[in-house]
Amino acid sequence: MATKAARASRRSQPVGRRHPLATVALLLVGLLGTGGAYALFTSSATAETSASAEALVEEGGKLFAANCATCHGLDLEGTTQAPTLIGVGAAATDFQVGTGRMPLAISGPQAEQKPVQFTEEQIQALAVYVASQGPGPAIPADMYLTGEGYDVSNGAELFRINCAMCHNVAGAGGALTEGKFAPALADVTAKHAYEAMLTGPQNMPVFNDTNLTPEEKADIITYLKYLDETPSVGGFTLGSLGPVSEGLFIWIFGLGAIVAITVWLTAKSN
Amino acid sequence: MTTTPAQDVQPKTRGQRFTGAAANYIDERTSISGLVKEVGRKIFPDHWSFMLGEVALYSFIVILLSGTFLTFFFEASMVEVHYEGSYAPLKGIEMSAAMASTLDISFDIRGGLLMRQIHHWAALLFVASIGLHMLRVYFTGAFRKPREINWFIGFVLFVLAMAEGFTGYSLPDDLLSGNGLRIIDGMVKGIPVIGTWISYLLFGGEFPGVDIVSRLYILHIMLLPAIIIAAIGIHMLLLVINKHTQFAGPGRTNDNVVGSPVMPGFAAKAGGFFFIIFGVITLIASTFSINPVWVYGPYDPSPVSAGTQPDWYIGFADGALRLVPPGWETEWFGFTWSFNIIAPLVILGLFIAIVAFYPFIEAWITGDKREHHIADRPRNAPTRTAIGAAGVTFYAVLWAAASSDLLATHFKLSIEGVIHSCQALLIFGPIIAYFITKRVCLGLQKKDREIALHGYESGRIVRLPHGEYIEVHEQLDDYELWKLVSYEDYKPLMVRPDAQGRITVGQRFRASVSRWFFEDRIAPVSQKEIEQSKDEHH
Repeated sequence: MATKAARASRRSQPVGRRHPLATVALLLVGLLGTGGAYALFTSSATAETSASAEALVEEGGKLFAANCATCHGLDLEGTTQAPTLIGVGAAATDFQVGTGRMPLAISGPQAEQKPVQFTEEQIQALAVYVASQGPGPAIPADMYLTGEGYDVSNGAELFRINCAMCHNVAGAGGALTEGKFAPALADVTAKHAYEAMLTGPQNMPVFNDTNLTPEEKADIITYLKYLDETPSVGGFTLGSLGPVSEGLFIWIFGLGAIVAITVWLTAKSN
Repeated sequence: MTTTPAQDVQPKTRGQRFTGAAANYIDERTSISGLVKEVGRKIFPDHWSFMLGEVALYSFIVILLSGTFLTFFFEASMVEVHYEGSYAPLKGIEMSAAMASTLDISFDIRGGLLMRQIHHWAALLFVASIGLHMLRVYFTGAFRKPREINWFIGFVLFVLAMAEGFTGYSLPDDLLSGNGLRIIDGMVKGIPVIGTWISYLLFGGEFPGVDIVSRLYILHIMLLPAIIIAAIGIHMLLLVINKHTQFAGPGRTNDNVVGSPVMPGFAAKAGGFFFIIFGVITLIASTFSINPVWVYGPYDPSPVSAGTQPDWYIGFADGALRLVPPGWETEWFGFTWSFNIIAPLVILGLFIAIVAFYPFIEAWITGDKREHHIADRPRNAPTRTAIGAAGVTFYAVLWAAASSDLLATHFKLSIEGVIHSCQALLIFGPIIAYFITKRVCLGLQKKDREIALHGYESGRIVRLPHGEYIEVHEQLDDYELWKLVSYEDYKPLMVRPDAQGRITVGQRFRASVSRWFFEDRIAPVSQKEIEQSKDEHH
């Protein structure tokens, strides 16, 4: 194939200094090189973690001392600024740091999501370190996070009963008191959703495993994934905010368009 | 002012002969020519704001058509079924037959979702266009004699439209509609003494019961539409009898109507306009989702979603409930008195009553018994316009308060701050709006007066021979001038003794209200003043 193409191009083009396929070949080499190197490094990193958890704890400890200890204390004992982290576990750390909520950018009604400050490995090191200082909920197993093979209608019902009060039935978010709010749930990763249920970050209540079993949490995650991936059947959702956005839309765009038409209809022809 | 058809001198063609014979046949048996003469000669002046009522009428027709389609498939029953339709996240879930059939309409019946969305969007547009139509009639004073009764019928239509809307969105028996019904149930139960009885009567027992959907369905598809159609009939009959209002202009007086007659031009235009409205609604319905009941799920008394609001036209009532300060509840004589419910009910009741009876109130204050067929420019009735602005502000604050939680999340505010601001605005907003509007109206009137007397600034600077610079003022032509000077001037009523030589309390009150209405006023420019100013300028 390649030779045939090369021959064809040679026939149609004058012979230059560079073969026409050289760019493609170079790109391919480059991609393979970087991809291969990346795979090599990442696989070696995971090999390392399994090899020596102690090194990870040590790295996590350093990261913690540099980035978290100012508020949470050097021994995780907490200060007047921030709560103790003894016993919060790896799940809470992974959620707070993995969604960018920690380290806190500014004190306010609640910690807000922002671009993540650490790499995957660093977050993992921090989580392992915090977990090593006192037992707490662990990062959930992958089997609950696939969003497949679980009961989506049970998840939807559990979501309406347990989550919709604050997060809205469509996961569009909602207001809480004093400037706090329940965030929108679109595009939250399965792991972070699970960890949030497990650890109850900010103002969220804790849904422990006797309250919602891991399977039920997986059902809810399946429903969230369904909401994320299924396009709205009725057209644009106007933010899934319900009658308020519908009412604004009909007044501004619906009636606006119609008034424009009436003005046009009664305009005097030139 | 219509042209009379030219005398036909040509011999009639066969088609014309047939038409004539057929028309004669029908007329001899129905005497319909009188009606056609009366209705077909009804004149419609050309102004965009006169078409808003038509928008309401046409969206109502769209509602009737799409609603009829929905009745073929909707099951108004609260029998428990397990959903087995196409929507995966509700499969196997227990729900009422009403909810299940709504889901079937949305997912399994061809064109069903489009029809549902057309029906719902058209309903929102119906009430919105009625609202705008009412504002137009109010601010142009088109409710004055002889049209007070038609205003009242229009008001009844507005209330019926809201009732239609509310019964309609309660039918699918989804979470949102159930929450709405629960609030109504709470409000009914908050009425002292009779509340609980009425609630049990309405729901056939303790809320939610198994009857409410079928009861609301009968109201929604039979009783309310029948009353609405009857009221629309009377509304339009009175529209023909009273003739149309028009804005002042050349050739337009209080005794004529300038425009195009219903037959044939206006009817054709109106028919086209119907299809434009239908088209706009269909375009919206096919591109924008409305009330996705499958997301809300079946009604269950325990969950309430964040951001639960009624459709926009019930929002003002929801807002009134949200703005009640905490703790307004007490116990007297062994009964609980829920002033957190009673207060909004009384305040909204008063507000609605003022809207309904405003024409009669204003007629009493002005003591004006003349007929008015020339629509006012809002600035020429400053107090009325200011009252209207205050009313709009009051309504708008309640309306905004209904979405207090969304205001808080979307503008990054605290919900307490939003509520407290709305509480303050509910009281001070209308007062501020009243004074600002009144001043603006008076200012605009002064400006009009200035222009009528001295013309408008042309921007052309001329240097006179002796060195003085003046700006040339262009005079208005007579047509434009007429629009500025032809409005009614009212003076405050004087207190006069009646036949027995007494001054009653009622009269004193009326005089003081009249003073409030007309104390600040700018009199229209008189003929004499115009002539005087012309002399000055030449």
